[in-house]
This record gives sequence, C-alpha cells and structure tokens, in this order.
Amino acid sequence: MSPLLRVDRLVTGIGAARVVDGVSFDVAAGETYALLGESGCGKSMTALSLMRLLPDGGRILSGHVQLGETDVLALPERDMRRVRGGQMAMVFQEPMLALNPVIKVGDQIGEALSLHQGLNGQAARDAARALLDSVGVPDAARRLDSYPFELSGGLRQRMMIAMALAGEPSLLIADEPTTALDVTIQAQVLDVLRNLRAKRRMGMLLITHDLGVVAENADRVGVMYAGELLEEGARDAFFAAPQHPYSRMLFEALPRTGDAGRLTTIAGQVPRLDTQLRGCRFAPRCPFAIARCHAESPGWQELDGQRVRCHLAGSLPAGSVRERVTHPVAAHTPQPLLQVEGLKVHFPIRRGLIQRTVGHVRAVDDVDLTIQAGRTLALVGESGCGKTTVGKALLRLIEPTAGTIMLGGKAVPAKNMPTLRRQAQMVFQDPFSSLNPRMRVADILLEGMDALGVGARGERRGAVARLLDQVGLPDDAGGRYPHAFSGGQRQRIAIARALAVSPRLVICDEPTSALDVSVQAQILNLLKDLQADLGLAYLFITHNLAVVEYLAHDVAVMYLGRIVEQGQAGAVLRTPRHPYTQALVSAVPRIEPPAGQTVIRLAGDQPSPLNPPVGCHFHPRCPHASAVCRQTYPERTDLGGGHWVRCHWVAAQG
Amino acid sequence: MFAYILRRLLYAIPILIGVNLLTFALFFVVNTPDDMARLQLGAKHVTPEAIERWKVEHGYDKPLLLNTRVTGSAQLTDTLFFKRSAAMFAFEFGKGDDGRDIGNEIRTRMGPSLAIALPVFVVGLLVNITFALLMVFFRATYLDVWGVVLCVVLMSISGLFYIIAGQYFIAKLWNLLPISGYTGGIHGLKFILLPVLVSVVAGIGSGSRWYRTIFLEEIGKDYVRTARAKGLSEIRVLFRHVLKNGMIPILTGAVVVLPLLFMGSLITESFFGIPGLGSYTIDAIQAQDFSVVRAMVFLGSFLYIVGLILTDISYSWVDPRVRLQ
Repeated sequence: MSPLLRVDRLVTGIGAARVVDGVSFDVAAGETYALLGESGCGKSMTALSLMRLLPDGGRILSGHVQLGETDVLALPERDMRRVRGGQMAMVFQEPMLALNPVIKVGDQIGEALSLHQGLNGQAARDAARALLDSVGVPDAARRLDSYPFELSGGLRQRMMIAMALAGEPSLLIADEPTTALDVTIQAQVLDVLRNLRAKRRMGMLLITHDLGVVAENADRVGVMYAGELLEEGARDAFFAAPQHPYSRMLFEALPRTGDAGRLTTIAGQVPRLDTQLRGCRFAPRCPFAIARCHAESPGWQELDGQRVRCHLAGSLPAGSVRERVTHPVAAHTPQPLLQVEGLKVHFPIRRGLIQRTVGHVRAVDDVDLTIQAGRTLALVGESGCGKTTVGKALLRLIEPTAGTIMLGGKAVPAKNMPTLRRQAQMVFQDPFSSLNPRMRVADILLEGMDALGVGARGERRGAVARLLDQVGLPDDAGGRYPHAFSGGQRQRIAIARALAVSPRLVICDEPTSALDVSVQAQILNLLKDLQADLGLAYLFITHNLAVVEYLAHDVAVMYLGRIVEQGQAGAVLRTPRHPYTQALVSAVPRIEPPAGQTVIRLAGDQPSPLNPPVGCHFHPRCPHASAVCRQTYPERTDLGGGHWVRCHWVAAQG
Repeated sequence: MFAYILRRLLYAIPILIGVNLLTFALFFVVNTPDDMARLQLGAKHVTPEAIERWKVEHGYDKPLLLNTRVTGSAQLTDTLFFKRSAAMFAFEFGKGDDGRDIGNEIRTRMGPSLAIALPVFVVGLLVNITFALLMVFFRATYLDVWGVVLCVVLMSISGLFYIIAGQYFIAKLWNLLPISGYTGGIHGLKFILLPVLVSVVAGIGSGSRWYRTIFLEEIGKDYVRTARAKGLSEIRVLFRHVLKNGMIPILTGAVVVLPLLFMGSLITESFFGIPGLGSYTIDAIQAQDFSVVRAMVFLGSFLYIVGLILTDISYSWVDPRVRLQ
C-alpha cells in the first residue's frame, strides 16, 4: 500500500539558511506521525513547506512531496489552492492569533465550505453547525455568530479544527495544536483530534515539542534537529529505547516523577543553519562524539525497526547519560519565612455613565500560604486561576485588597517597600520582555542594589561579577545588552537580577514556560543549586506539574482564586484528593502512564472569575458534585501531614 | 453603548471650557486690547485718545472679567469675557473688523471649503488605499521597492510645488482648467477639479506609504496564514481578511479629521482663490483681525473635539472587540 503522504529529501531555504535540509518521511492514511523537536529545528517549516505557505523569503529548493496522486511541489499555484484546505489542512498553534478577529467564526468556516464544497447560505450554515458538533462545541448554532475573542481558548482551537475539516482533507497537519492551552483543555482537544482521525481515516502530521503528547497520540515519531531528521521509528520502540544521543538527552532533560537527581542538559547551542555544516550536526554538543562525527555526516542505519542517523548507533553505552548528583536535602526545620493569611485581590468592575463600581473580580479570594525557609512551594493552576496575581500581590506589585503578609515572623508594613523587596524578589515568565533592552546586563544587576542600598557602593561592581558567576554566565556578560543572549541565558540574567539584593525568597512566575526542554533543564538545575547554596525559599508559580514534582517540596493547587488543595508535593501529586487536582494530574500527557490510573476528563471550561459559581467553584465541572456543593463553599478538611483539601465529597468520605 | 457616547459627550464639556479660557487668555490677557489698537493704528497715530476711540469702536472698552461700573448680574455679563468669549459657546462670534457678522461669514464660506475638502478626503482615501494594496500585493518585488521610493520622493516635495506645477501645466500651458476662482452650482465643477487633483497628488506619498505599513503589518499575522491555508486566493485574502483588519486604524485615523474638513485648507484655498474658511483665516491673520482669528481657533478646537468623539464611536463601530465589551 502506498502511503498517503510521501516526503522525499525536502530542502527549504529562508535567505541563506537551509531550515529544512533533506527531510524524508511517509504518513499513511489513518496514522499519526509526530515530528518532534525543539524550537528552531525546522519542524514547523517542514509543515509550511508541505502547504507551500512559507513566509516571505522562504522557498523550497529541492525535494519531492507526493500527497495521494498529487505531486504537490509541481502544481501551479492555482491548483495548489484546491489542495490547501481541500486535501491537506492545517491547524495552528495559537488560536487567538490564527483566527481573524473581526469576522464571525461561522463566516470563517463558511468561507472554507464555500471554497471546497460549493456550499453557501443556509446549506453552509448547516454544514458549519454539523462541523462544530463533530468537534464538540456546545450550543453550536449560537456559537457560529460569535467573534473569536468571545470564545475560550479551547473553543477557539475547536473552531480552528472545524475550519480545517471543512474541506474534508485526507491529511491534517497540526502544528503545536495544544501548546497554548491549559492541560485539562489540552486533553479535550487531543481527544477530539484522535477521534476525528479515527472516524475520518485521515492521516495526521502532529508537530510538537512535548514528549508526553507524542507518547499519547502518535503512531510513529520523527525527531528533528537543526533542519534534519535524526531518528525515526514506531512510537513504542522509540519510547522503549531512543537510539540517537539527542533523543536520549531530550528524555533525560525532562523532569520526572520521583527523581531527585540533576536533569541532563545539552551544552552549547543549535548550529547556525546559514553556514556550511560538516559532519553530524549534533556532534558539537554530543558527549559521545568521536572524530568521525565531526568530519562525516552520518547516513541512515536500521536498528530493530528504528532508523537513526548516528555513527555510533547501536554502540552507545547503555543506561543514562545523566550525572547522578543528589542534593543534600535541607534539614527540615519548620521555620516559616513567609506567612500569608486571608490574602484577597479584588479588581473593581466599573459600569455606566459615572463608572460606578458594580462588582468585583475576585482574582484572589482568601488565600493562606506558608513558605518555609529554604524550601519550595509550588503554586499550581490553570491560566486565569489567579496564581500570578498572588505572586504579584505578595511583592505588592499589585496592592492586595485584604490580608496580612508576615516575613520572617514580622508583619510587612504597607509603606515599607524596601524592607519587603530586599527580602523577596521575582523572576518573570518571559525573559525576552522582562529585561530592559536598553540597559547593559551589569546595569540591570546594579539597579536593584543601588535602589535598595545593598552593599557598599564600591563593592557593588565586584558583586556583579560574583552574581554572573553564580548563574553560570561568562565574566564579560556584564558589558553586553540582553539581546546578545539566548532565552536560557536571559533567564539566568533575570535570576541574577533577583539575587542581586540577596533575598531570602524568590517568586518564580513560570520561569521556564517560554523555554525549550533542554534549556528548561538548565534553569531548573540552576534554581536547585542556588537553593542548596544560598538557602533560598521559592514560591514557584507554574502550570507544569512535571516541574513541580522535580522541584517543589510543597504544593498548593489553585482554582478560581482559591486554594483547593495543599500539602507535601509527593502526597498531593501521587494521591490527589480534590477532584480538580485528580483531573489536573491525570490530564498531563505522560511518557509512562502510571499503572491503574483512570483517566479523568473534565468537561467545559474554567468559569469566569467575574461571576464564579455559587457554592464550591468547581461543582459545575465536578463528577462528584452533590446538592451541598451547589450551596456552600467547603471548609478545610485536614488529611494529616499538612495535607488539606477543600471539598465536601472528601469530607463526607471521612 | 448609549452610556458610552453620553460619557464622551460629557467629557467634551470641560475640554471646551478649557479651550475657551485658553483662547481668552491668549487673545485678551497676553495680547491686550491696547496692544491690538496700537498694532491696528500703526506707530504714527498712536495717542491714548486714539487707542480709547479704537477700543470703543470695536467694543474692546469693557473690563476683562468683572465690570465694577455697573451693578447686579451685569457686573459679570457686561465684560469682555462674557461678551466675547463665553458667547462663542452659542456660536456668536460678533463682527469682524470689516463690520460683517463672523457667524454669517462662516456659514456661507463652509460650502466652498467643503466642496474642495470633501472630494480630496474621499478620493485621497480611495487612491491611497488602492496604491497601498497594490504595493502590498507586489511586496518584496521591484514594483514594491520603486513604489516606496516614489512615495518618499512625492512626500519630500513641498506642497507649494504641486500647486504651482498644477497651475502652470494644466491651467496655463494646456488650458485645460481655470487657474483659480470659484462659483457655486454645477458650473463650479471646473474650478474644483484642479485644486482637488493637486491636493490628492500631494497626499499620495505620505498616505499610501503609511497605509502600506499598516497592511504589511496585518499580512504578517497568523490569521492571514490561516486564510491562505484554507485555499483562498491572494486577492481574496487581501480584500476579505487584510483589508478588513487594516481598515480599523485607517478609518479611525481618518474620522478624526472629518469635522475639520469644514475648516478647509489654508494654502490651497488662498492659491486657488476659493472663498472658503481657509482663505478667510489667512486673510484675517494678514489683516490682524483678531475677532476672526479667535473665532476660527475656537471653531477648529471645537471641530477637533467632535472628531475625537467620532473616532471613539467609530472604533466601536468597526471593531467588534470594542463594540461588544
């Protein structure tokens, strides 16, 4: 049987760079083929080459793409337009940006229906409604008249999928379809894609950086690096024994359950693709590289059904490349550093002629937290749950509406910002926008010390050198501007900036979510080292549960402005009691799904904090909700060992 | 939505009062009636009596804010501020130095001003958008590059050059249209064509270059890629998706100047002999007719505020994200 899609030695250039360099793979009908790789490896460019939708300046230099009977690259542009959206359709990463903001979604879907199926007017509307039903959009008829901004992220991505299905394609390309979504919503969308593929016997090209998504969805996997495919194989074989050193290091860079050791990092950076490359492209970063690797580009080798491009294939030392260093666990002396009680942040909603306050968005509503000195508390929740607001309110970057904040046993007076900020600092999510591009790194580090009067004036320059060394940056980094650094290095600068005033608490707001897996590993290692060396406490705000397991001692789970479950990390993540925590833990795509775990899928979206449900906020989505849940917000139920939960259902179980 | 518009209108009231106070300060406190009289009379005739006489003739002999010579409410009303400045709220501008009623002049001169400004605005918008879309359609080709070069050349040339060149070639050399002048009705068309043509050409450079940037920014966005991925032709992508989004900044930028069209153009009107508000203002400045200048400054500010309110309303009209929130 000939495959649905055959890509043969595809080469794509953008300017002088060969961003896709000789990539070949097949996708069969009804199969999901995953292209896995970190940012800039050429996986998205491969997909855009197939669609012939390259950005300006990009062109396909050579190669062959066969879709069914069609030679895609030989088609004139006119005929290619029938293929796009007709035989092969694409779903993009960020549905808010990928949908036209000023056209109703029904009309955007209708456009594709009219183009490929000749449906117009009422017929198109009916067909669009049927499509929305098939991707699980509730209340489809009404939703057709919505604008994209009126929909939640999950619904928007379903609209994108419906639009892609409008031409009844035989191949669906999904480019990071769930990266911008929360885990519980990601699980819903991946289910939709899986069911549709099975029902319509579509081929699917799934582009992702997430090994967990690949493990749960793909039939076969191809790993890309610097424009080339390095390894290819069936999912089970690949996950059982990845053959290429790069693939293996990707696995070991991932934080995993019950793992105290250091994460593997990949030294160096992806080579520039606009230069002449000799030898294996991964050789400069490969711990196993031999002389031949640098001189000669490896060809494909077959190994038990897997194909790999590596000179050392089959002869790699077995086992892990990971260094086994366990950190001395800080002696557990319960000495609370930060105590927060009844923290509330309410934003007024103003309406009408004179902007009267008609209500409040309860972004944070009655949150209690305790962070022990030298330990890490992870604050976990989906977007919009208020976790970032908690972090900002603690530093008074947003003024809290109510609540007491005690630092080191003393209340922090509202007026005394310097005292507070000398002890607590923050590292922000996106290192590309959180550093002032017009300031040199040394000035960025000095600014905080100058403002808070930390250290003697003459010693501050020396402190900069020490800080740079502490976060693993070269000495000359201080004289350069942030744009001269990569994402991971910038996050190191951001960490150094926070450390400059020698705080005891660092609030890390999603510090690795904008970074690649291998870079994330470097930052997580650094944070762990700094904690061991300096005795720092972290409040780690994140949506990534794997990172929590790796880094955190304690966990607090937030839902709609309140903490629903809190306890030691192991207890909360391995035996979650609140139905929301259970769903959250089970929604994370995993490489090795824990045995015996039933998969819980939450229906619907997180409600708006503007108008939270009466009673327990979670009850409309909760599988165990009863009458009492709809009436009163549950009190704390203590489960021992510092583990507590707010849930009527758990309380009733005793 | 209604509350929103009402609120914008209420905001306009304090701004207008501020504008009024500021013009009053500029025209009566910084430049006192005595100074006006001296300027008007010229150095030779300045005697204290002559100044007094001039002030009485022109009605500038009253105190600024408080008249202590009379009693009752007239203390406040029989003042320069009340008669000259506060009256502008009722669009009563008084008489100019030539003895004609300014309000009347404004009403009759608005027509000719609009006859030029409105076609310039509409045709200019269409021409600029067309030019911009063409450059965007041929982006990253020589057509686009030379289009941008042409735009820069066009916008680097002084506006006066277009007027003089237009009058020299089209009117004088080729005798196609009259050099200047104006009549009402359908016969006025031949007088309008040349100034409109010249003004549109003078605006093409900066206009289409700006719109090109707006469209190029839109065309790089993800939703455009989605539209192409559906299989739409480049023309459909451009007209249905890019144009619709690009028109949001273009329209709102255009709406703000819409009311100001009533004011006409200072230079075009005086060069082409159009009896509009633009030439009226220029003449008043030359003749040092402060009543007229003050009236035009107030009218301009008033129309600009109207333009800003219209901009806010048009935003919510063209952008569903603003409309529905």
